[in-house]
Amino acid sequence: MELQIALLLGQDGITNGAIYALLALALVLVFAVTRVIFIPQGEFVAFGALTLASLQAGKLPGTVWLLLCLGAAIAVLESLRAARERCFRQIPLILLINCAAPLLLAGVLVAFSPATLPLPVQVLLALMLVVPLGPMIYRLAYQPVADLTVLALLIVSVAVHVTLVGIGLLFFGAEGSRTPAFTDASFEIGDTVLQGQTILVLVASALLIVALYLFFERTIYGKALRATAMNRTGARLMGISGTLAGQLSFTLAAAIGALSGILISPLTTIYYDSGFLIGLKGFVGAIIGGLASYPVAAAGAVLVGLLESYSSFWASAFKEVIVFTLIIPVLLWRSLKTRHVEAE
Amino acid sequence: MNAAIDPAEPEIVLDAAGLSVAYGKVTALRDVSLKVRKGEIVTVIGPNGAGKTTLLSALIGLLPVRGELVYLGERQGPGRSVEKLVRQGMTLVPEKRELFAEMSVEDNLLMGAFDRYRAGHRDELETMDQVFDIFPRLRERRQQMAGTLSGGERQMLAMGRALMAKPKLLLLDEPSLGLAPLIIKEIFRTVARLRKTGVAILLVEQNARAALQVADYGYVLETGDLSLAGPSRDLANDPRVIESYLGLGGRG
Repeated sequence: MELQIALLLGQDGITNGAIYALLALALVLVFAVTRVIFIPQGEFVAFGALTLASLQAGKLPGTVWLLLCLGAAIAVLESLRAARERCFRQIPLILLINCAAPLLLAGVLVAFSPATLPLPVQVLLALMLVVPLGPMIYRLAYQPVADLTVLALLIVSVAVHVTLVGIGLLFFGAEGSRTPAFTDASFEIGDTVLQGQTILVLVASALLIVALYLFFERTIYGKALRATAMNRTGARLMGISGTLAGQLSFTLAAAIGALSGILISPLTTIYYDSGFLIGLKGFVGAIIGGLASYPVAAAGAVLVGLLESYSSFWASAFKEVIVFTLIIPVLLWRSLKTRHVEAE
Repeated sequence: MNAAIDPAEPEIVLDAAGLSVAYGKVTALRDVSLKVRKGEIVTVIGPNGAGKTTLLSALIGLLPVRGELVYLGERQGPGRSVEKLVRQGMTLVPEKRELFAEMSVEDNLLMGAFDRYRAGHRDELETMDQVFDIFPRLRERRQQMAGTLSGGERQMLAMGRALMAKPKLLLLDEPSLGLAPLIIKEIFRTVARLRKTGVAILLVEQNARAALQVADYGYVLETGDLSLAGPSRDLANDPRVIESYLGLGGRG
Protein backbone atom coordinates (compact mmCIF):
# COMPACT_ATOMS: atom_id res chain seq x y z
CA MET A 1 0.00 0.00 0.00
CA GLU A 2 1.27 3.43 -0.87
CA LEU A 3 1.66 6.01 1.80
CA GLN A 4 -0.86 8.25 0.09
CA ILE A 5 -3.56 5.60 0.14
CA ALA A 6 -2.72 4.76 3.73
CA LEU A 7 -3.14 8.40 4.72
CA LEU A 8 -6.39 8.65 2.82
CA LEU A 9 -7.77 5.56 4.52
CA GLY A 10 -6.53 6.81 7.87
CA GLN A 11 -8.28 10.13 7.32
CA ASP A 12 -11.47 8.31 6.43
CA GLY A 13 -11.15 5.99 9.40
CA ILE A 14 -10.60 8.77 11.89
CA THR A 15 -13.54 10.77 10.53
CA ASN A 16 -15.89 7.82 10.88
CA GLY A 17 -14.22 6.92 14.16
CA ALA A 18 -15.00 10.38 15.54
CA ILE A 19 -18.69 9.84 14.80
CA TYR A 20 -18.60 6.34 16.30
CA ALA A 21 -16.89 7.83 19.34
CA LEU A 22 -19.73 10.32 19.86
CA LEU A 23 -22.28 7.52 19.58
CA ALA A 24 -20.25 5.32 21.92
CA LEU A 25 -20.23 8.11 24.52
CA ALA A 26 -24.00 8.48 24.22
CA LEU A 27 -24.47 4.72 24.61
CA VAL A 28 -22.28 4.60 27.71
CA LEU A 29 -24.12 7.59 29.17
CA VAL A 30 -27.57 6.12 28.59
CA PHE A 31 -26.56 2.71 29.92
CA ALA A 32 -24.83 4.08 33.02
CA VAL A 33 -27.76 6.28 33.97
CA THR A 34 -30.77 4.18 32.95
CA ARG A 35 -29.35 0.64 32.34
CA VAL A 36 -30.89 0.83 28.86
CA ILE A 37 -28.82 -0.51 25.96
CA PHE A 38 -29.92 2.15 23.53
CA ILE A 39 -30.14 0.31 20.20
CA PRO A 40 -32.30 3.09 18.65
CA GLN A 41 -29.30 5.45 19.00
CA GLY A 42 -28.56 4.92 15.29
CA GLU A 43 -32.08 5.92 14.28
CA PHE A 44 -31.39 9.39 15.63
CA VAL A 45 -28.39 9.57 13.29
CA ALA A 46 -30.58 8.67 10.31
CA PHE A 47 -33.44 10.93 11.42
CA GLY A 48 -31.07 13.86 11.92
CA ALA A 49 -29.52 13.46 8.48
CA LEU A 50 -32.79 12.77 6.65
CA THR A 51 -34.66 15.58 8.41
CA LEU A 52 -32.00 18.03 7.32
CA ALA A 53 -32.12 16.60 3.78
CA SER A 54 -35.93 16.99 3.68
CA LEU A 55 -35.70 20.57 4.88
CA GLN A 56 -33.13 21.35 2.21
CA ALA A 57 -35.26 19.69 -0.45
CA GLY A 58 -38.17 21.93 0.54
CA LYS A 59 -40.25 19.03 1.87
CA LEU A 60 -41.97 18.86 5.22
CA PRO A 61 -39.92 16.27 7.14
CA GLY A 62 -41.91 13.29 8.40
CA THR A 63 -40.37 13.71 11.83
CA VAL A 64 -42.83 16.60 12.35
CA TRP A 65 -45.70 14.10 12.41
CA LEU A 66 -43.83 11.83 14.77
CA LEU A 67 -43.17 14.78 17.08
CA LEU A 68 -46.85 15.79 17.03
CA CYS A 69 -48.10 12.23 17.63
CA LEU A 70 -45.70 11.44 20.47
CA GLY A 71 -46.43 14.84 22.02
CA ALA A 72 -50.17 14.19 21.91
CA ALA A 73 -49.75 10.72 23.43
CA ILE A 74 -47.63 12.08 26.27
CA ALA A 75 -50.08 14.94 26.86
CA VAL A 76 -52.90 12.42 27.31
CA LEU A 77 -50.88 10.18 29.65
CA GLU A 78 -49.52 13.03 31.75
CA SER A 79 -52.91 14.75 32.01
CA LEU A 80 -54.48 11.51 33.22
CA ARG A 81 -51.74 11.14 35.80
CA ALA A 82 -52.18 14.72 36.97
CA ALA A 83 -55.94 14.19 37.25
CA ARG A 84 -55.42 11.01 39.25
CA GLU A 85 -53.15 12.87 41.63
CA ARG A 86 -55.57 15.81 41.70
CA CYS A 87 -52.89 18.22 40.47
CA PHE A 88 -55.09 19.91 37.89
CA ARG A 89 -52.88 23.01 37.80
CA GLN A 90 -50.19 21.01 35.99
CA ILE A 91 -52.39 20.29 32.98
CA PRO A 92 -51.95 23.60 31.09
CA LEU A 93 -48.16 23.27 31.29
CA ILE A 94 -48.35 19.66 30.08
CA LEU A 95 -50.40 20.73 27.07
CA LEU A 96 -48.10 23.67 26.37
CA ILE A 97 -44.93 21.58 26.31
CA ASN A 98 -46.24 18.49 24.53
CA CYS A 99 -48.83 19.89 22.13
CA ALA A 100 -48.43 23.64 21.68
CA ALA A 101 -44.65 23.66 21.24
CA PRO A 102 -44.56 20.97 18.50
CA LEU A 103 -47.51 22.65 16.76
CA LEU A 104 -45.69 25.96 16.84
CA LEU A 105 -42.59 24.34 15.33
CA ALA A 106 -44.72 22.71 12.62
CA GLY A 107 -46.31 26.11 11.96
CA VAL A 108 -42.91 27.72 11.55
CA LEU A 109 -41.88 25.01 9.04
CA VAL A 110 -45.03 25.56 6.98
CA ALA A 111 -44.91 29.36 7.15
CA PHE A 112 -41.28 29.81 6.17
CA SER A 113 -39.90 27.64 3.41
CA PRO A 114 -36.90 26.09 5.14
CA ALA A 115 -35.13 25.33 1.83
CA THR A 116 -34.33 29.01 1.39
CA LEU A 117 -33.07 29.56 4.93
CA PRO A 118 -29.32 29.65 5.70
CA LEU A 119 -27.67 26.34 6.64
CA PRO A 120 -27.19 27.03 10.38
CA VAL A 121 -30.93 27.74 10.71
CA GLN A 122 -31.76 24.53 8.84
CA VAL A 123 -29.48 22.58 11.15
CA LEU A 124 -31.10 24.20 14.16
CA LEU A 125 -34.59 23.35 12.89
CA ALA A 126 -33.56 19.75 12.22
CA LEU A 127 -32.21 19.47 15.76
CA MET A 128 -35.40 20.99 17.21
CA LEU A 129 -37.40 18.36 15.34
CA VAL A 130 -35.31 15.32 16.23
CA VAL A 131 -33.85 15.96 19.69
CA PRO A 132 -37.20 16.16 21.59
CA LEU A 133 -37.99 12.68 20.26
CA GLY A 134 -35.34 11.34 22.68
CA PRO A 135 -37.03 12.29 25.97
CA MET A 136 -40.45 11.58 24.41
CA ILE A 137 -39.47 8.02 23.55
CA TYR A 138 -38.06 7.66 27.05
CA ARG A 139 -41.36 8.84 28.53
CA LEU A 140 -43.49 6.50 26.43
CA ALA A 141 -41.38 3.37 26.06
CA TYR A 142 -38.93 3.25 28.96
CA GLN A 143 -40.25 5.27 31.90
CA PRO A 144 -43.21 2.94 32.62
CA VAL A 145 -40.84 -0.04 32.79
CA ALA A 146 -37.75 1.71 34.17
CA ASP A 147 -37.34 -0.75 37.05
CA LEU A 148 -37.22 -3.87 34.89
CA THR A 149 -34.08 -5.93 34.33
CA VAL A 150 -31.39 -4.95 31.82
CA LEU A 151 -32.54 -7.79 29.57
CA ALA A 152 -36.16 -6.62 29.56
CA LEU A 153 -35.04 -3.07 28.81
CA LEU A 154 -32.94 -4.44 25.95
CA ILE A 155 -36.04 -6.07 24.50
CA VAL A 156 -37.89 -2.74 24.75
CA SER A 157 -34.94 -1.19 22.89
CA VAL A 158 -35.23 -3.76 20.10
CA ALA A 159 -38.94 -2.98 19.79
CA VAL A 160 -38.31 0.77 19.70
CA HIS A 161 -35.56 0.27 17.11
CA VAL A 162 -37.74 -1.82 14.79
CA THR A 163 -40.61 0.64 15.15
CA LEU A 164 -38.44 3.64 14.39
CA VAL A 165 -36.89 1.99 11.31
CA GLY A 166 -40.39 1.25 10.04
CA ILE A 167 -41.48 4.81 10.70
CA GLY A 168 -38.31 6.02 8.94
CA LEU A 169 -39.22 4.06 5.81
CA LEU A 170 -42.74 5.50 5.93
CA PHE A 171 -41.58 9.10 6.34
CA PHE A 172 -38.46 9.28 4.24
CA GLY A 173 -38.99 6.49 1.72
CA ALA A 174 -36.45 3.93 0.56
CA GLU A 175 -34.37 6.54 -1.26
CA GLY A 176 -31.16 7.66 0.33
CA SER A 177 -30.22 11.30 0.76
CA ARG A 178 -26.98 13.15 0.84
CA THR A 179 -26.77 16.79 1.89
CA PRO A 180 -24.32 19.21 0.27
CA ALA A 181 -21.04 19.76 2.10
CA PHE A 182 -21.05 22.44 4.78
CA THR A 183 -17.85 23.82 3.32
CA ASP A 184 -16.06 23.41 -0.01
CA ALA A 185 -12.67 24.25 1.46
CA SER A 186 -9.91 21.70 1.07
CA PHE A 187 -6.30 21.70 2.10
CA GLU A 188 -3.29 20.05 0.51
CA ILE A 189 -0.77 18.59 2.85
CA GLY A 190 2.04 17.05 0.85
CA ASP A 191 0.33 14.70 -1.57
CA THR A 192 -2.91 14.30 0.34
CA VAL A 193 -5.97 16.46 0.10
CA LEU A 194 -7.79 17.17 3.34
CA GLN A 195 -11.49 17.86 2.83
CA GLY A 196 -13.02 20.76 4.75
CA GLN A 197 -15.96 18.58 5.76
CA THR A 198 -13.58 16.04 7.31
CA ILE A 199 -11.96 18.72 9.41
CA LEU A 200 -15.39 20.02 10.35
CA VAL A 201 -16.45 16.57 11.57
CA LEU A 202 -13.28 16.19 13.63
CA VAL A 203 -13.46 19.66 15.14
CA ALA A 204 -17.19 19.38 15.89
CA SER A 205 -16.70 15.95 17.51
CA ALA A 206 -13.82 17.22 19.61
CA LEU A 207 -15.82 20.27 20.69
CA LEU A 208 -18.80 18.11 21.56
CA ILE A 209 -16.63 15.78 23.62
CA VAL A 210 -15.13 18.75 25.49
CA ALA A 211 -18.62 20.17 26.03
CA LEU A 212 -19.81 16.82 27.42
CA TYR A 213 -16.78 16.66 29.71
CA LEU A 214 -17.47 20.16 31.03
CA PHE A 215 -21.15 19.31 31.46
CA PHE A 216 -20.35 16.27 33.59
CA GLU A 217 -17.53 17.85 35.59
CA ARG A 218 -18.70 21.41 36.08
CA THR A 219 -22.50 21.63 36.07
CA ILE A 220 -24.83 20.47 38.81
CA TYR A 221 -27.09 18.66 36.31
CA GLY A 222 -24.11 16.82 34.82
CA LYS A 223 -22.98 15.81 38.29
CA ALA A 224 -26.52 14.67 39.08
CA LEU A 225 -26.38 12.31 36.07
CA ARG A 226 -23.05 10.92 37.27
CA ALA A 227 -24.49 10.55 40.76
CA THR A 228 -27.43 8.57 39.38
CA ALA A 229 -25.05 6.30 37.48
CA MET A 230 -23.03 5.70 40.68
CA ASN A 231 -25.85 5.22 43.16
CA ARG A 232 -29.45 5.21 42.06
CA THR A 233 -30.96 5.11 45.55
CA GLY A 234 -28.62 7.80 46.84
CA ALA A 235 -29.52 10.05 43.93
CA ARG A 236 -33.24 9.49 44.42
CA LEU A 237 -32.93 10.51 48.05
CA MET A 238 -31.38 13.80 46.86
CA GLY A 239 -34.46 14.42 44.73
CA ILE A 240 -32.75 13.36 41.49
CA SER A 241 -35.52 11.15 40.19
CA GLY A 242 -34.89 8.34 37.76
CA THR A 243 -37.34 10.04 35.41
CA LEU A 244 -35.40 13.30 35.37
CA ALA A 245 -32.08 11.51 34.89
CA GLY A 246 -33.57 9.29 32.19
CA GLN A 247 -35.08 12.15 30.23
CA LEU A 248 -31.88 14.18 30.52
CA SER A 249 -29.67 11.34 29.30
CA PHE A 250 -32.04 10.51 26.44
CA THR A 251 -32.08 14.17 25.42
CA LEU A 252 -28.28 14.18 25.31
CA ALA A 253 -28.20 10.89 23.41
CA ALA A 254 -30.75 12.16 20.87
CA ALA A 255 -28.81 15.39 20.43
CA ILE A 256 -25.53 13.52 19.93
CA GLY A 257 -27.19 11.14 17.47
CA ALA A 258 -28.89 13.87 15.44
CA LEU A 259 -25.74 16.00 15.32
CA SER A 260 -23.69 12.99 14.21
CA GLY A 261 -26.17 12.37 11.41
CA ILE A 262 -26.05 15.99 10.32
CA LEU A 263 -22.24 15.93 10.36
CA ILE A 264 -21.83 12.81 8.23
CA SER A 265 -24.69 13.33 5.80
CA PRO A 266 -22.44 15.25 3.37
CA LEU A 267 -19.86 12.43 3.49
CA THR A 268 -22.06 9.42 2.86
CA THR A 269 -25.53 8.66 1.58
CA ILE A 270 -27.91 8.00 4.46
CA TYR A 271 -30.92 5.71 4.08
CA TYR A 272 -33.78 5.27 6.52
CA ASP A 273 -32.05 2.20 7.96
CA SER A 274 -28.43 3.35 7.79
CA GLY A 275 -28.44 4.38 11.42
CA PHE A 276 -28.48 0.84 12.75
CA LEU A 277 -25.06 -0.16 11.40
CA ILE A 278 -23.54 3.19 12.37
CA GLY A 279 -24.96 2.90 15.88
CA LEU A 280 -23.79 -0.69 16.14
CA LYS A 281 -20.21 0.38 15.39
CA GLY A 282 -20.49 2.94 18.15
CA PHE A 283 -21.77 0.09 20.29
CA VAL A 284 -18.64 -1.97 19.57
CA GLY A 285 -16.62 1.01 20.81
CA ALA A 286 -18.80 1.25 23.91
CA ILE A 287 -18.31 -2.48 24.57
CA ILE A 288 -14.54 -2.03 24.38
CA GLY A 289 -15.02 0.50 27.18
CA GLY A 290 -17.12 -2.03 29.08
CA LEU A 291 -20.19 0.26 28.75
CA ALA A 292 -18.65 2.15 31.66
CA SER A 293 -15.48 4.02 30.69
CA TYR A 294 -15.97 7.10 28.51
CA PRO A 295 -12.34 7.53 27.37
CA VAL A 296 -11.85 3.83 26.55
CA ALA A 297 -15.18 3.78 24.69
CA ALA A 298 -14.15 6.79 22.59
CA ALA A 299 -10.72 5.32 21.84
CA GLY A 300 -12.32 1.98 21.00
CA ALA A 301 -14.72 3.70 18.61
CA VAL A 302 -11.84 5.40 16.77
CA LEU A 303 -10.16 2.00 16.53
CA VAL A 304 -13.36 0.63 15.01
CA GLY A 305 -13.34 3.46 12.44
CA LEU A 306 -9.73 2.79 11.45
CA LEU A 307 -10.23 -0.97 11.31
CA GLU A 308 -13.28 -0.48 9.10
CA SER A 309 -11.46 1.84 6.77
CA TYR A 310 -8.37 -0.33 6.28
CA SER A 311 -10.33 -3.55 6.00
CA SER A 312 -12.47 -1.98 3.29
CA PHE A 313 -9.25 -1.61 1.29
CA TRP A 314 -7.85 -5.10 1.84
CA ALA A 315 -11.02 -7.16 2.11
CA SER A 316 -13.93 -4.92 1.29
CA ALA A 317 -16.39 -7.82 1.15
CA PHE A 318 -15.60 -8.65 4.77
CA LYS A 319 -15.47 -5.08 6.06
CA GLU A 320 -18.43 -5.38 8.43
CA VAL A 321 -17.51 -8.91 9.44
CA ILE A 322 -14.04 -7.82 10.51
CA VAL A 323 -15.37 -4.87 12.50
CA PHE A 324 -17.97 -6.87 14.38
CA THR A 325 -15.63 -9.82 14.93
CA LEU A 326 -13.54 -7.40 16.96
CA ILE A 327 -16.17 -7.75 19.67
CA ILE A 328 -15.28 -11.40 20.31
CA PRO A 329 -11.68 -10.94 21.54
CA VAL A 330 -12.83 -7.88 23.48
CA LEU A 331 -15.58 -9.81 25.26
CA LEU A 332 -13.18 -12.68 25.89
CA TRP A 333 -10.63 -10.33 27.39
CA ARG A 334 -13.32 -8.59 29.45
CA SER A 335 -14.74 -11.81 30.84
CA LEU A 336 -11.29 -13.10 31.77
CA LYS A 337 -10.52 -9.83 33.48
CA THR A 338 -13.81 -9.85 35.40
CA ARG A 339 -13.25 -13.35 36.69
CA HIS A 340 -9.87 -12.26 37.94
CA VAL A 341 -11.46 -9.42 39.94
CA GLU A 342 -14.05 -11.75 41.43
CA ALA A 343 -11.36 -14.18 42.49
CA GLU A 344 -9.62 -11.53 44.55
CA MET B 1 -56.75 18.66 51.61
CA ASN B 2 -55.82 20.58 54.71
CA ALA B 3 -58.51 19.08 56.86
CA ALA B 4 -55.92 17.25 58.91
CA ILE B 5 -54.36 20.39 60.38
CA ASP B 6 -55.03 20.47 64.06
CA PRO B 7 -54.88 24.11 65.21
CA ALA B 8 -54.01 23.05 68.77
CA GLU B 9 -50.76 21.45 67.63
CA PRO B 10 -49.43 23.54 64.78
CA GLU B 11 -45.85 22.48 65.38
CA ILE B 12 -46.34 18.85 64.37
CA VAL B 13 -44.09 18.08 61.43
CA LEU B 14 -44.98 14.45 60.92
CA ASP B 15 -48.10 12.68 62.08
CA ALA B 16 -48.41 9.02 61.18
CA ALA B 17 -51.44 7.03 62.24
CA GLY B 18 -51.98 3.32 61.74
CA LEU B 19 -49.17 2.79 59.24
CA SER B 20 -48.78 -0.69 57.82
CA VAL B 21 -46.21 -1.91 55.33
CA ALA B 22 -46.16 -5.31 53.69
CA TYR B 23 -43.60 -7.00 51.44
CA GLY B 24 -45.95 -9.19 49.46
CA LYS B 25 -47.79 -11.21 52.09
CA VAL B 26 -45.26 -10.57 54.83
CA THR B 27 -46.27 -7.69 57.06
CA ALA B 28 -43.21 -5.73 58.13
CA LEU B 29 -44.99 -2.95 60.03
CA ARG B 30 -48.37 -3.15 61.74
CA ASP B 31 -50.48 -0.21 62.79
CA VAL B 32 -47.61 2.11 63.73
CA SER B 33 -48.53 5.59 64.93
CA LEU B 34 -46.04 8.29 65.81
CA LYS B 35 -45.62 12.05 65.91
CA VAL B 36 -42.58 14.27 65.40
CA ARG B 37 -42.66 17.95 66.35
CA LYS B 38 -40.52 20.85 65.20
CA GLY B 39 -37.13 21.04 66.93
CA GLU B 40 -37.71 17.68 68.56
CA ILE B 41 -35.62 14.52 68.42
CA VAL B 42 -37.74 11.41 68.38
CA THR B 43 -36.12 8.01 68.43
CA VAL B 44 -37.37 4.59 67.46
CA ILE B 45 -35.31 1.86 69.08
CA GLY B 46 -35.56 -1.84 68.58
CA PRO B 47 -33.61 -4.95 67.69
CA ASN B 48 -32.44 -6.12 64.28
CA GLY B 49 -35.31 -6.95 61.95
CA ALA B 50 -37.93 -5.06 63.96
CA GLY B 51 -38.83 -2.96 60.90
CA LYS B 52 -36.94 0.23 61.72
CA THR B 53 -35.44 0.72 58.28
CA THR B 54 -38.75 -0.29 56.72
CA LEU B 55 -40.44 2.47 58.72
CA LEU B 56 -38.09 5.15 57.42
CA SER B 57 -38.19 3.83 53.84
CA ALA B 58 -41.97 3.94 54.00
CA LEU B 59 -42.04 7.47 55.43
CA ILE B 60 -39.80 8.90 52.69
CA GLY B 61 -41.89 7.18 50.00
CA LEU B 62 -39.54 4.40 48.91
CA LEU B 63 -42.18 1.86 49.98
CA PRO B 64 -45.96 2.05 49.65
CA VAL B 65 -47.86 2.32 52.94
CA ARG B 66 -51.38 1.92 54.20
CA GLY B 67 -52.65 4.22 56.90
CA GLU B 68 -52.76 7.94 57.40
CA LEU B 69 -49.70 10.10 56.90
CA VAL B 70 -49.75 13.84 57.47
CA TYR B 71 -46.56 15.76 56.69
CA LEU B 72 -46.39 19.52 57.37
CA GLY B 73 -50.15 19.58 57.75
CA GLU B 74 -50.73 17.97 54.38
CA ARG B 75 -52.34 14.59 54.07
CA GLN B 76 -50.24 12.39 51.76
CA GLY B 77 -52.31 11.06 48.88
CA PRO B 78 -51.72 8.79 45.91
CA GLY B 79 -49.25 11.21 44.32
CA ARG B 80 -46.80 10.76 47.20
CA SER B 81 -43.26 10.23 45.97
CA VAL B 82 -39.69 10.50 47.24
CA GLU B 83 -39.10 13.46 44.94
CA LYS B 84 -42.11 15.41 46.24
CA LEU B 85 -41.25 14.74 49.88
CA VAL B 86 -37.64 15.79 49.29
CA ARG B 87 -38.93 18.99 47.69
CA GLN B 88 -40.97 19.56 50.87
CA GLY B 89 -37.94 19.20 53.11
CA MET B 90 -37.96 15.57 54.19
CA THR B 91 -34.52 13.98 53.96
CA LEU B 92 -33.32 10.48 54.76
CA VAL B 93 -29.79 9.54 55.78
CA PRO B 94 -29.91 5.85 54.87
CA GLU B 95 -28.34 3.05 56.84
CA LYS B 96 -25.99 2.23 53.96
CA ARG B 97 -25.05 5.93 53.54
CA GLU B 98 -25.54 5.59 49.73
CA LEU B 99 -22.74 8.06 48.98
CA PHE B 100 -21.43 8.80 45.49
CA ALA B 101 -18.14 6.95 45.91
CA GLU B 102 -16.32 8.28 42.86
CA MET B 103 -17.20 11.90 43.53
CA SER B 104 -15.39 14.32 45.80
CA VAL B 105 -16.72 15.22 49.25
CA GLU B 106 -17.63 18.65 47.88
CA ASP B 107 -19.59 17.21 44.95
CA ASN B 108 -21.40 14.79 47.25
CA LEU B 109 -22.49 17.74 49.36
CA LEU B 110 -23.48 19.67 46.25
CA MET B 111 -25.78 16.81 45.24
CA GLY B 112 -27.51 17.23 48.58
CA ALA B 113 -28.50 20.72 47.43
CA PHE B 114 -29.58 19.50 43.97
CA ASP B 115 -33.28 19.78 44.62
CA ARG B 116 -32.97 23.24 46.16
CA TYR B 117 -30.89 24.31 43.15
CA ARG B 118 -33.56 22.94 40.84
CA ALA B 119 -36.22 24.85 42.75
CA GLY B 120 -34.32 28.06 42.09
CA HIS B 121 -32.25 28.53 45.26
CA ARG B 122 -28.62 29.52 44.73
CA ASP B 123 -27.30 29.35 48.30
CA GLU B 124 -25.50 26.01 48.06
CA LEU B 125 -22.02 27.46 48.78
CA GLU B 126 -23.23 29.19 51.95
CA THR B 127 -24.98 26.03 53.09
CA MET B 128 -21.85 24.04 52.36
CA ASP B 129 -19.89 26.40 54.59
CA GLN B 130 -22.39 25.83 57.39
CA VAL B 131 -22.09 22.06 56.92
CA PHE B 132 -18.29 22.37 57.07
CA ASP B 133 -18.68 24.24 60.35
CA ILE B 134 -20.73 21.36 61.73
CA PHE B 135 -18.31 18.72 60.39
CA PRO B 136 -14.84 20.37 60.21
CA ARG B 137 -13.35 17.03 59.18
CA LEU B 138 -15.24 17.23 55.90
CA ARG B 139 -13.66 20.61 55.14
CA GLU B 140 -10.21 19.02 55.41
CA ARG B 141 -11.27 16.23 53.08
CA ARG B 142 -13.27 18.32 50.63
CA GLN B 143 -11.29 17.26 47.51
CA GLN B 144 -11.07 13.61 48.51
CA MET B 145 -13.21 10.95 46.83
CA ALA B 146 -16.06 9.81 49.07
CA GLY B 147 -15.09 6.17 48.54
CA THR B 148 -11.75 6.74 50.28
CA LEU B 149 -13.22 8.13 53.52
CA SER B 150 -13.24 6.26 56.83
CA GLY B 151 -16.50 4.91 58.25
CA GLY B 152 -17.02 7.85 60.59
CA GLU B 153 -16.26 10.36 57.85
CA ARG B 154 -18.71 8.62 55.56
CA GLN B 155 -21.46 8.95 58.14
CA MET B 156 -20.58 12.63 58.56
CA LEU B 157 -20.69 13.09 54.80
CA ALA B 158 -24.06 11.33 54.56
CA MET B 159 -25.44 13.60 57.28
CA GLY B 160 -23.81 16.69 55.80
CA ARG B 161 -25.23 15.86 52.39
CA ALA B 162 -28.70 15.56 53.93
CA LEU B 163 -28.28 18.91 55.71
CA MET B 164 -27.44 20.55 52.36
CA ALA B 165 -31.13 20.18 51.56
CA LYS B 166 -31.96 22.36 54.60
CA PRO B 167 -34.43 19.73 55.79
CA LYS B 168 -37.48 20.31 57.95
CA LEU B 169 -37.56 16.64 58.90
CA LEU B 170 -34.37 14.63 59.04
CA LEU B 171 -34.71 10.86 59.10
CA LEU B 172 -31.57 9.17 60.47
CA ASP B 173 -31.21 5.43 59.96
CA GLU B 174 -28.72 3.83 62.39
CA PRO B 175 -26.04 6.53 62.30
CA SER B 176 -23.98 4.53 64.80
CA LEU B 177 -23.84 1.40 62.65
CA GLY B 178 -20.33 0.00 62.35
CA LEU B 179 -18.61 2.96 63.99
CA ALA B 180 -16.11 3.11 66.84
CA PRO B 181 -17.49 4.28 70.24
CA LEU B 182 -15.64 7.61 70.12
CA ILE B 183 -17.00 8.41 66.67
CA ILE B 184 -20.52 7.42 67.78
CA LYS B 185 -20.23 9.90 70.62
CA GLU B 186 -19.19 12.62 68.19
CA ILE B 187 -22.04 11.83 65.80
CA PHE B 188 -24.64 11.89 68.56
CA ARG B 189 -23.27 15.16 69.95
CA THR B 190 -23.81 16.61 66.48
CA VAL B 191 -27.34 15.22 66.34
CA ALA B 192 -28.10 16.91 69.66
CA ARG B 193 -26.70 20.20 68.37
CA LEU B 194 -28.82 20.04 65.23
CA ARG B 195 -31.93 20.37 67.38
CA LYS B 196 -31.10 24.07 67.86
CA THR B 197 -31.46 24.68 64.12
CA GLY B 198 -35.16 23.85 64.47
CA VAL B 199 -35.06 20.72 62.34
CA ALA B 200 -37.22 17.81 63.49
CA ILE B 201 -35.29 14.57 63.73
CA LEU B 202 -36.55 11.01 63.63
CA LEU B 203 -33.69 8.80 64.75
CA VAL B 204 -33.85 5.07 64.30
CA GLU B 205 -31.28 3.18 66.36
CA GLN B 206 -30.20 -0.17 67.68
CA ASN B 207 -27.87 1.60 70.08
CA ALA B 208 -30.69 2.36 72.52
CA ARG B 209 -28.51 3.92 75.18
CA ALA B 210 -27.00 6.55 72.91
CA ALA B 211 -30.32 7.23 71.18
CA LEU B 212 -32.31 7.71 74.39
CA GLN B 213 -29.65 10.08 75.70
CA VAL B 214 -30.13 12.60 72.87
CA ALA B 215 -33.83 12.07 72.14
CA ASP B 216 -36.81 13.88 73.70
CA TYR B 217 -39.27 11.12 73.02
CA GLY B 218 -38.90 7.47 72.20
CA TYR B 219 -40.73 4.51 70.77
CA VAL B 220 -39.79 0.84 70.99
CA LEU B 221 -40.40 -1.18 67.84
CA GLU B 222 -40.53 -4.96 68.09
CA THR B 223 -41.27 -7.26 65.13
CA GLY B 224 -43.33 -4.65 63.34
CA ASP B 225 -45.30 -3.34 66.33
CA LEU B 226 -44.72 -0.35 68.58
CA SER B 227 -44.59 -1.93 72.02
CA LEU B 228 -43.70 1.08 74.18
CA ALA B 229 -43.69 4.85 73.90
CA GLY B 230 -42.84 7.73 76.16
CA PRO B 231 -40.43 10.55 76.96
CA SER B 232 -36.94 9.12 76.55
CA ARG B 233 -36.00 9.73 80.20
CA ASP B 234 -38.93 7.52 81.24
CA LEU B 235 -38.06 4.89 78.69
CA ALA B 236 -34.45 4.82 79.84
CA ASN B 237 -35.72 4.04 83.34
CA ASP B 238 -38.35 1.55 82.26
CA PRO B 239 -37.36 -1.91 83.53
CA ARG B 240 -38.53 -3.57 80.32
CA VAL B 241 -36.31 -1.33 78.23
CA ILE B 242 -33.40 -1.73 80.62
CA GLU B 243 -33.65 -5.47 80.51
CA SER B 244 -34.01 -5.82 76.74
CA TYR B 245 -32.00 -2.94 75.36
CA LEU B 246 -29.77 -1.32 77.93
CA GLY B 247 -28.40 -4.41 79.63
CA LEU B 248 -27.19 -4.80 83.21
CA GLY B 249 -25.53 -1.42 83.30
CA GLY B 250 -28.90 0.30 83.45
CA ARG B 251 -28.44 3.96 82.65
CA GLY B 252 -24.73 3.77 83.32
